[in-house]
Amino acid sequence: MSEALLFEGKDWSFETLQRIHDAVAVVAKEELGLDTFQNQIEVITAEQMLDAYSSTGMPLLYRHWSFGKRFAQYEGVYRAGLQGLAYEIVINSNPCISYVMEENSATMQALVIAHAAFGHNHFFKNNYQFRQWTDPSGILDYLAYAKKFIAACEERYGEMEVERLLDSAHALAAQGVDRYPRKRPMSLAEEERRDRDRREERERLYDDLWRTVPRKGESPKKAVDHQRALLRLPQENILYFLEKTAPKLHGWQREVLRIVRLIAQYFYPQQQTKVMNEGCATYCHYRIMSRLHEKGQISDGSFLEFLHSHSNAIRQPTAHDPSYGGVNPYALGFDMMCDIARIAREPTEEDRQWFPEIAGREDEMAVLKEVWANYRDDSFIAQFLSPDLIRKWRLFHILDEEGAPKLKVERIHNERGYHDLRRNLAADYEVGRHTPDIQVTDVDLAGSRRLVLQHRVLAGKILDVVDAALVLRHLAALWGYEVLLEEVDATTNEVLKAHMASPEQ
Amino acid sequence: MRIVDRRLNPGGKSFSNRQRFLRRVRDTVERAVREASRERAIEDLENAHEITVPADGAREPVFRHTPGERRDFILPGNRHYVEGDLIDRPTGEGGGGGTEPGRGGGQEDAFRFILTRAEFLSIFLDDLELPDFAKRGLVDAQKLGSRRAGYSVTGTPANLSLGRTMQMSLARRIAMGRPRQAAVDRLEEEFAGATEGDSLELLDEKLRAARARRMRIPFLDPVDLRYRHFERFPKPVAQAVMFCLMDVSGSMTEHMKDLAKRFFMLLHVFLTRRYERVEIVFIRHTDEAQEVDEETFFRSTETGGTIVSSALAEMDRIITDRFDPANWNIYGAQASDGDNMMSDNSRTRELLQDKILPLCQYFAYLEVANANEGGNLSYIGGSSLWNAYAPLAASERNFQMRRVSRREHIYPVFRELFQRREGARPEGAT
Repeated sequence: MSEALLFEGKDWSFETLQRIHDAVAVVAKEELGLDTFQNQIEVITAEQMLDAYSSTGMPLLYRHWSFGKRFAQYEGVYRAGLQGLAYEIVINSNPCISYVMEENSATMQALVIAHAAFGHNHFFKNNYQFRQWTDPSGILDYLAYAKKFIAACEERYGEMEVERLLDSAHALAAQGVDRYPRKRPMSLAEEERRDRDRREERERLYDDLWRTVPRKGESPKKAVDHQRALLRLPQENILYFLEKTAPKLHGWQREVLRIVRLIAQYFYPQQQTKVMNEGCATYCHYRIMSRLHEKGQISDGSFLEFLHSHSNAIRQPTAHDPSYGGVNPYALGFDMMCDIARIAREPTEEDRQWFPEIAGREDEMAVLKEVWANYRDDSFIAQFLSPDLIRKWRLFHILDEEGAPKLKVERIHNERGYHDLRRNLAADYEVGRHTPDIQVTDVDLAGSRRLVLQHRVLAGKILDVVDAALVLRHLAALWGYEVLLEEVDATTNEVLKAHMASPEQ
Repeated sequence: MRIVDRRLNPGGKSFSNRQRFLRRVRDTVERAVREASRERAIEDLENAHEITVPADGAREPVFRHTPGERRDFILPGNRHYVEGDLIDRPTGEGGGGGTEPGRGGGQEDAFRFILTRAEFLSIFLDDLELPDFAKRGLVDAQKLGSRRAGYSVTGTPANLSLGRTMQMSLARRIAMGRPRQAAVDRLEEEFAGATEGDSLELLDEKLRAARARRMRIPFLDPVDLRYRHFERFPKPVAQAVMFCLMDVSGSMTEHMKDLAKRFFMLLHVFLTRRYERVEIVFIRHTDEAQEVDEETFFRSTETGGTIVSSALAEMDRIITDRFDPANWNIYGAQASDGDNMMSDNSRTRELLQDKILPLCQYFAYLEVANANEGGNLSYIGGSSLWNAYAPLAASERNFQMRRVSRREHIYPVFRELFQRREGARPEGAT
């Protein structure tokens, strides 16, 4: 069953794009069963791609010098020919917007549509992180609102004033995301049910004997506890805390903090799912393009062109290679997805032992879709990195201890090493390990209004002194009073270091 | 699915962000620009410039971990290691084993970017001001521009403003009560569908009246016509002429000429930014002066004595001939090694003081010296011409003189000469 070619040569028109999209959609929906948002494909120029790069991939963003800096950086690199631009950028919105470059050849457009408009799109719509933290149908309106609001502030309060505020907010953006869903206020019905449950529990446990037990007096700490509860301390979302409680901020300043915080929150799932997201998209485009070729909708030449850029994207230099720059998320993601498909289809004895729940389940798309929906990078790797893939990648574990004269090879890809390698590689993708765990712990409400924060130090990773001092200055400017940051060892509770900053007068 | 072509959207979306960024790193950029102007050849002074901004200039601090006591790397591509092997720490970059896996998280490096010509010049010439700039906001009366000035009832068909005309027509039709076609159609329908019993005559009369009214009141009447109106206005053209005077006698070395050329060049760049039209007149002189083109001015050497007054006389003659001081801003820049015939000094001074300076906006004298001689500070004694001019510098507002011996002095001296003055001239420029 050979079908007509979708395109010939490298030129494309809007009809070609439409044809490609429709053909890809047939494979994606009917054969792979992907579930996507409506697609919107936007053709852009190189300059617009650079624009999108510098505004963190968003189609519109408020104005700030740091975006200008990023633009200059990317432009320099691009002009010098050191690095090409991405073929596409995709935005987690509904409809799902994919930017495709005008320079792409027809084959590349097909690849990009399969990759972004279906692969990423499916992931955005189905992964639990995105479902929990992002609102794809509202994001564009929100960005438009944010841009307008900040422009209005600039007009009203002066560019410099707003710039200072944004600088401070950006410095704390990484500490402006919620890692756990915040407690929703209870509805009346829920509250009533809780009261009833409690009453019932009390009745069930009632024993007259308790009445005879002597009681202690009211604890004196209660008042302080109450205060801390009112301020919702400890609080790890510093920007949220400032927005709600900083005594000296004006209404518009709180709103600006909120904007920065919400945008940071919007990107939070993306940071946690780089490998999975790219893996999902790469696996999808590979399946889709191969299928189109099988059906005769893509010529052999185009398919070779596709394979060329596909294998460039999933190239993984070894650690000995001078071009090694870390694990390539495309490569790791793609290999793991293929590996899962293999385990589902043709499991070995080893696979059956390691993955009894998926080995031999035949329908690899069902397995993959479950995986895509319910994991993020660290849990995904911790769960699905197979011994087979560890051997294929020849992974090894190097330990670099301070003071030790040499590096030590801790584990290699053998029976004893699998668990260790898997655990440590997964840990590399834990967001918590890369963003310092800093919480607001106390406010001296009775006296100087000093804000106290705590950094829980893991494995001696204290904060970089210079940067910490700068960020703390921003924090003090927002809080309006003195700020103290203590670095506390997470295991021994010993104070390792303290930083202090006061607002400039 | 929807396909949107965004390519036609207006570009320059990042423009205002870029400006904010430049403002932010202004100090560093200024320093870099100054250094660039010192190093670069005159020809590419106006071309785009690559500027390196150190990372500190635009630092965005965030809380970062230090590496800590113990680091674990999971790396691909084991060749021959087995458990427990000890490896030397890789030295320098590209050692493979030591590079951070996953996220980079390192310090930002300095980065380079390209300033556009306009950005470069605006920083380069920032806070320089033309002396007495506003004195002659000159009008070259020949230049007439045309600009929109509302609508008129007469005009050429090409200027017919359709929108405004239809607006007038609509207003008139409503005011005069011209029935719409739809209303007439409805009447016709009613009439056709009417039976005997209905008031046929009344309907007929109504229909006739409506038709007649439509005929009488035209859809478009000549009184509706409106034309875009343009009016002529004198367009002020600020124009300037710049006289470059240089001694080309044998005593001027290549080095001195180079200094002079740089100075003239800067002056030209500067003037072109302030005036729409800048003409340059090159006058070279030995013991006699002649007007030449740029190439000859800088390249060829002449032999002969040095009589500076000849150049000033030539300049005066050219001004009288071609550049009416009422219409032109006149700038003079003279470069010389300071040699002059003793007997000519008093004549030179008189010529400058009585003839040239009253006509000029500004006249700068630049004395160029060999590289091994000092600049202004160590200059005691003074050349023949320097001594002749010195009294003028004190008495005349629009005359300045400086001495330079090295390339890197040119720009500071230039700045000093054109520094924005607020009241008194500030001492010691950059």
